[in-house]
Order: sequence, then C-alpha cells, then structure tokens
Amino acid sequence: MATNFRELIEIPIGPWVESGVDWVRDNLAGPLDGFAAGVGFLADGLESLLLVLPDWILAPLIIAFAWWRVGWRFGLFALIAMFLIAAMGLWRETMQTLALVIGASIIALAAGLPLGIAMARRDGVATVIRPVLDFMQTMPPFVYLIPAAIFFGLGKVPGTIATVIFAMPPAVRLTNLGIRQVSQENVEAGLAFGCTSRQLLYKVQIPLAMPSIMAGINQTIMLALSMVVIASMIGAGGLGNTVLTGIQRLDVGLGFEGGLGVVFLAILLDRMTQSFGLRRRRD
Amino acid sequence: MSAKITVENLYKVFGPDPDEGMRLLEQGLDKGAIFEKTGNTVGVRDASFSIEEGEIFVVMGLSGSGKSTIVRMLNRLIDATAGRVLIDDRDVNALSRNELIELRRRDMSMVFQSFALMPHKTVLQNAAFGLEVAGVDQETREERANKAIEQVGLKANARSYPDELSGGMQQRVGLARALAVDPSIMLMDEAFSALDPLIRTEMQDELVALQREHRRTIVFISHDLDEAMRIGDRIGIMEGGSVVQVGTPEEIVSNPANEYVRSFFYGVDVTRVYNAADIADRRQVTVLERPGVSMRSALERLYAGSRDLAVVLDRDQKYLGTVTAESLAAQIDGAGEPRYADAFVTDVEPVDATTPLAEVVARSASNRLPLPVIDEQGLYVGSITRAAVLRTLDRSGE
Ligand SMILES: Nc1ncnc2c1ncn2[C@@H]1O[C@H](COP(=O)(O)OP(=O)(O)OP(=O)(O)O)[C@@H](O)[C@H]1O
Ligand SMILES: [Mg+2]
Repeated sequence: MATNFRELIEIPIGPWVESGVDWVRDNLAGPLDGFAAGVGFLADGLESLLLVLPDWILAPLIIAFAWWRVGWRFGLFALIAMFLIAAMGLWRETMQTLALVIGASIIALAAGLPLGIAMARRDGVATVIRPVLDFMQTMPPFVYLIPAAIFFGLGKVPGTIATVIFAMPPAVRLTNLGIRQVSQENVEAGLAFGCTSRQLLYKVQIPLAMPSIMAGINQTIMLALSMVVIASMIGAGGLGNTVLTGIQRLDVGLGFEGGLGVVFLAILLDRMTQSFGLRRRRD
Repeated sequence: MSAKITVENLYKVFGPDPDEGMRLLEQGLDKGAIFEKTGNTVGVRDASFSIEEGEIFVVMGLSGSGKSTIVRMLNRLIDATAGRVLIDDRDVNALSRNELIELRRRDMSMVFQSFALMPHKTVLQNAAFGLEVAGVDQETREERANKAIEQVGLKANARSYPDELSGGMQQRVGLARALAVDPSIMLMDEAFSALDPLIRTEMQDELVALQREHRRTIVFISHDLDEAMRIGDRIGIMEGGSVVQVGTPEEIVSNPANEYVRSFFYGVDVTRVYNAADIADRRQVTVLERPGVSMRSALERLYAGSRDLAVVLDRDQKYLGTVTAESLAAQIDGAGEPRYADAFVTDVEPVDATTPLAEVVARSASNRLPLPVIDEQGLYVGSITRAAVLRTLDRSGE
C-alpha cells in the first residue's frame, strides 16, 4: 500500500503552470512590453501629478471636495486626516498609494464596466465570465504577485496589474447585476417607445442600473487600496512599503503609522465615491 | 368604420420548443397537457378579432389567460409563433427592425401597470421620452411634452421627480408620455390596476374624456369587469389563451358565450350596464291624440283589456302624457269639453332613453306607475314597469 497518494498518481499542475508562464514570456514579449509601457505611463503620470502639487495646495483641495460631496463633518475629518498624515511624514507615501489606487481603478473600470455590460446583454458571455470572476476572487491575492513579477519585473507596473486583476470583479459583477435587475416593464417601456438596442442601453438600462454600478465602482476602489498595500511586496511603493518596513524591523510604531495612513485613505475614498452613488437632485 | 388592428389566427407558445407546442395544439391537446408533455406554455391560442379605428377595446380575462401576451404581440414586444397582426393593413410580423422601430415611435405607445417611469428624469423629461428617443429636438419635444402634461393635469409638477408623486399622479405621467408622441394607437396593460379604487375611477373617466377630445384606438387590458364596462366600447374575453367572446358590454352581459364568461358577470352590477331603453317595452296601451277619436273609446279600450293606464302620443309618436282609467273617467264625466291634457297624471315624468338603470331603479321605487321612456327627440320608446326592473336586477344574482 502506498502511504502517499502522490506516489500513485502525480499530476504536475505546478510544472504545467510554470511552462505556460515560460511560453508566454518567450513568445509574447512584444505585446507584454507594450502593455507594460502603457500601464507604466499611466502610473507614473498620476504619481507625478499628485506629487508635483505641494501638500498645502492638494490637502485643502481634498478637504474642500470632502466637504462639498459629503458634508462639513466629513470635511473636518478630512482636515484632521490630512494633518496627521503630513505630521507623520507620510504625505509622499500616501500620494504614491493614492496614485496607484487611481491608476489601477481606472484600468479595472475601463475593462470591467464594458465586460459587465456585455455579460448583462448576452447570456453566453455571462456563462463564460462568471467562473473566471469566481476564480479571480477566491484566489489569495498574494498569488497574483508571482506571475505579475515574472512578466513585468518589480515596481509599479506589476503592482498595478496585480491590483487590477484583484480589484476588477465587483465592478463586472455589479454592473451585470444592476442591468439585469432593471424591471421588465421599464425595458418594455423603452422598446415600446421605439428605442434601438443602443438607446435602450444608454437611456434606460445604464441609468436605472446606476446605483448598483456605483456600488461596484466603490468596491473596486476599496479592493484596489487593499491590494496596493500587498503589492508593495513587489516594489509598488507607497504606504505599503512603510508597513512592510515596520514588519521587517519589528517597528510597531512605524507599522502603525503606515496602517493609519491606509485607514484614512480608505475612509476618504469610500465616503467620497459613495457620495456619487446617491442620486443627485435638483441640479 | 374601418379596422385599425386586425388579429388573424394568432398563436404564441413560450418555451423550449414552440413548434412542438404548435403541433400538439393542432392535434387538439389543451394548454395543461402540452405543458406537462413538453414544458411549453401556450400563451395565446388561435386569436382572431379586429379593433375599429377610434374605439376602446378592452381585453379581459383571468390571470394567465394571455392578455399581456396578446397586446405585446401588437407592437411586437413579443414575437408571434404563428398568425398575423395587421395594423392599418400592414403585417407587423413582416416589418424589418427599422420599420418596426418607426411604427413604435409614430403610431403606437404604451402605458404600464407599474408605470415604468424613469426615476432619474423629471416629469417633463419622462413625458418627452418617446420624442427624445425619436430624435426630436429639445425645444419641440418639451413643448409637446408640456402640452401632454397639461392634458393630464400635471402642469404644476413638471419639474418634480416620479418618486415625489402619488401613484395616481405617476400614472398620469405614464399617460402623458404615451400622449406626447400623439399615437393613433395606445396599448394599456392594466394601466389602472395599481391605483386605489377612487383614483382608479377618476382615471377611467379621464381616459374617456381624453378620448372625447381626440379619438384614438385604445387597447386596454383589465381583469376588472366594472372597469371594462365603464370604458370599453367593446370587450374581448380571453380564457386560457383563447378569445372566447367579443362584443359590446350589453351583448356579452345579455348573451354570454359560455360558463366562463357568465361567471365573470356573476354578481355584476347590471344597473351600470343597462340603460332605460334596454328594459323598456311597448306593452302599454297607447292612444293617439287626434281630432275625431274620442276619449271615451280610449277608456273603453282600457276597460276591455282590464288595464288602468294609457300612454298618450301625438301623431308623430311623440310622448304627451300618461292617463289612468280614473283620470280619464273623471275628465269625461266632468264639466266642459274633455281634453287629454287635463287628464294627465302629474306624478309621471318621462325618463331619457340613455338614463342608466341605477337611476331608473331609484325613480321606479318612488313611483308605482310604469315610467315612460323617450328618446332625444321626445319620441316614445316604451315603458318600464317595476316588474321589469326587478326582473333585470334579479338576473345579476343568478
Ligand atoms: N416569457 C414567458 N415565458 C414563458 N411563459 C410565459 C411567458 N410570458 C407569459 N407566459 C405564460 O403565458 C401565459 C399567459 O401570460 P400573460 O402574461 O399573457 O397572462 P395575463 O393574462 O396577462 O395574466 P395577468 O393578469 O397575470 O397579467 C401564462 O400561462 C404565462 O405563464
Ligand atoms: Mg398581464
């Protein structure tokens, strides 16, 4: 009797994945490089945009935005958060993280929203995409770091790409769900008044699915933030680096400061993006 | 009158294999058996009828009888499995995609049970929806939408959002949206079913009033008989996907095609279906007032027939008055030249032919003499006895 199942049957899933990765790297180097260059351009551009403005200009802008979108209490919270971040000396890292989150979210939404729409309109697309999304969401996020690092090396580009993959599913799912949940009679109303299928999408389905779509966008941004911290392990930089350094040096204080910066950023992003999900009136 | 919409042998089978369903229908299987055997649902089965230009045609039937399916085949929100729908003699099923969109934009609009308004648009923008879709420029469409909003009495709310309005007001917006495109046909699927009873009758009356202003062909779905009677020029009754009877409310009430149709009218308030002319008869003695025919001979006719009442008409059948044997005798025996006019009983007022039965009932209760019925020219139509009223009322409780 074999004591170990593996001695009887050995399916080399690990090696297969490795050789697949090798093949991609050898044969698709050109497209991969082009893609990496595009992502790099976006990530660098956003980062320098946020860093070129001094904190005494950017912070008031963020505070004013928080006040306008949510309310004066939240504006006050933003003021305190900005002050503490600057006082901890983490302004630069926070902006780097913010740039990564924004860059990854833009890419995730640019791909995710159309994909969600396609899923809603064609059952066939939905059948194919749904298991892929399940896979993407249940895989532990660290796993994405490995292929991202293999294909794109270390730095912001693989960090952004791993983040995109991790953060995209909610935008796809909730867009699909939102459109499918538009009531039958509303769709019929659109058609009965002579909508073409494009008009139906833009004038009826998307507007009525908007609360759900906005919830998906919010979740994608929040996931992007959590992944960006993890992605600092492959050199994405930002607040994740601060936390990582804290862990490596067993420096509780530094780790906590980095963590606090992430929490502030999370609360600010969450409330401000949610404020767009509520229907605006009388404008 | 010409047919605006003609439905010919229309079928709809839902499910995995509609053709199989059609084959079994041909073999004479019924809806239940076909579903059991194949999982296909027969929505509409061999429906044929036509709807005249300018009439309100009510489709009535129990839940699941195929009402929604049949109206949706008129504008092809649902594609028919077999049969034809002709609108102005054009076969809807044969239209190309673009022709169909054109037809929906120009000729037909729809009002929904759940209102189906766009929550992110104002009342005005909602009313302008059909025009917006058709590519009408903003200024024109707002002008036309404003007019429609005014027609339904919502002018003050043009800038409100739907969720700021009551259900009745929301459906007015739905109605305005349908009116704004100025269609010749309006399809209304249980349009008033979600409204509470008071608002509901108000909307029904309003629809009839709008129809008086500008006649359109309206296909109105309802499962409420009172509603059907109130607004319908004609009613089509559906049972299990088939149209079992088409006719005016009176025709259907007085001559139901089968038990199913009869069951609909069980307990129906006939006082709203019938009017005075429907139950008047000409069995009363009538006498003509003309020179040379003496009142005495009239009295003798009454005695001979042991009747005690006569209706007096002029030569053109115009109603003059009612006399009783008593009043005739008193007049003949009295002093001076006897005249019919002096013998008329004063407590009998003629009723108009179009008076609803409900009102007739009230009047006959306070008057023991038969009520004469006259038409709009004042001509005698017949009389209504209390017995006739009671007989009609009794029939509704069968
Ligand atoms: N899309 C569909 N797929 C399968 N079956 C359907 C579909 N739409 C309707 N049916 C079936 O067709 C039949 C007729 O439905 P329809 O909606 O026309 O009834 P209805 O008279 O409008 O009923 P209600 O008063 O409940 O609205 C029902 O048995 C229904 O279950
Ligand atoms: Mg229905």
